[in-house]
Amino acid sequence: MDIKETVLNILNDLTGNDVSGVMDDNLFDSGLLDSMGSVQLLLQLQSELGINVPVSEFERSEWDTPNKIISKAESLA
Amino acid sequence: MLSFEPYGNPTYFALLGVALLPLMIGLLYGKRSRLYETLISVFFLLLTFGGPKWTQGVALIIYILYEVALTWGYAVYRRQKNSGPIFYLMVILAIIPLTIVKVTPAVDHGQASLIGFLGVSYLTFRAVQTMMETRDGTLKNYSLMTFLQFMLFFPTISSGPIDRYRRFEKDYRSVPSREKYLGMIQKGVRYIFVGFLYKFILAYYFGTMLMPKLAIMAMHSRGGFLDLSWPVLGYMYAYSADLFFDFAGYSLFAVGTSYIMGIETPMNFNQPWKSPNIKDFWNRWHITLSFWFRDFIYMRLVFWFMKHRVFKKPTTTANVTYIINMLIMGFWHGVTWYYITYGLFHGVALVVNDAWLRYKKKHRASIPHNGFTQAFAIFLTANMVCFSFLIFSGFLDKIWFTK
Repeated sequence: MDIKETVLNILNDLTGNDVSGVMDDNLFDSGLLDSMGSVQLLLQLQSELGINVPVSEFERSEWDTPNKIISKAESLA
Repeated sequence: MLSFEPYGNPTYFALLGVALLPLMIGLLYGKRSRLYETLISVFFLLLTFGGPKWTQGVALIIYILYEVALTWGYAVYRRQKNSGPIFYLMVILAIIPLTIVKVTPAVDHGQASLIGFLGVSYLTFRAVQTMMETRDGTLKNYSLMTFLQFMLFFPTISSGPIDRYRRFEKDYRSVPSREKYLGMIQKGVRYIFVGFLYKFILAYYFGTMLMPKLAIMAMHSRGGFLDLSWPVLGYMYAYSADLFFDFAGYSLFAVGTSYIMGIETPMNFNQPWKSPNIKDFWNRWHITLSFWFRDFIYMRLVFWFMKHRVFKKPTTTANVTYIINMLIMGFWHGVTWYYITYGLFHGVALVVNDAWLRYKKKHRASIPHNGFTQAFAIFLTANMVCFSFLIFSGFLDKIWFTK
């Protein structure tokens, strides 16, 4: 499974929504993600992709859409 | 010697205007003079902490030396090693002065601590945050001089907004293009003028004209259920309005002055009274404080709890952390029953809010959403917030526990 697919699976799981159709929607504005969800996302990235992201690396504006999250994960993998 | 509250009176603003003019000309020509910036910083710090308040000035100097030693020492240590206990020890050492300042009045009959000074909490937030980012490895190039400028940046020293080291450094090490800087001046000046309206007209009306009258009326109307009366309700709204216009006004001065100095200090308020729920309220009210708590307490605690599987369910983790987070915020305001109750109130409000949001998500089809429900949500949130501010104000303490 590639990174994009894994991240999408994590996001679908976390938000309880299929986000593949709204790749550029702001997940925080739509209420699908919050601080709790962000931490879960970071932990999942760590356990499933081995990507270590410290909390202070999590600048919300760089992680607020599915596309941004995927490209972040790809750049850190 | 002259002594001023920051942004307290017209003379302060006149001095500010004169002092900023050479700096503005410099920035327009693409130059930032560190020497000049340091000189005016020292000048305005002297106005705030010198003269009759010299003991605060001394406390500030000692405090700064102490925090510099800690953050610098930790940054040097972190390049070699990364032990958890050392990190926790350093954070505890960094917050000890603030803890003493906050606890002293509670145990010493309201006496202020000798090591306190205006702004001690805001500086502690900046120091602790610098340390945490050093631990995470996101802050690699700690520079002593930048840290000093960051801590002692005079427009925001007394009450924030709480900037972040890396964000501040980026602005501080560069000069905005002339086009951008002209836009910043325009914004900065507008912020300062809106600040005048907020602080010197609206906050003055609510805080100085209205509140004392309502307070007297409320004290005379005691005796009913929990000593509550219509004037108490009036006081609640007047206090809330005063709190908002006073602090938002101050924040606009601080941000406006920063912009004129070519530093984009983050905004502190974003139309908080139109929040449809408490969670959204905290994204709009005293933003730099609530985001500080979110990033350096809430998210870190949640991360720790989840990693060590302390609670089975994520919702339990979130709820427990909300309460801890807001209780710490309450204690930070001061060790009195009303500040702590205020924190607890908001912690519980966030828990209830989250439960409602989950319920709403599940039953999306059956819950109506229209202009009326939106207006009702905003009305309810604003009133909950005002009620929490009544607790926060300490006025209940006065009507219940004074003769």
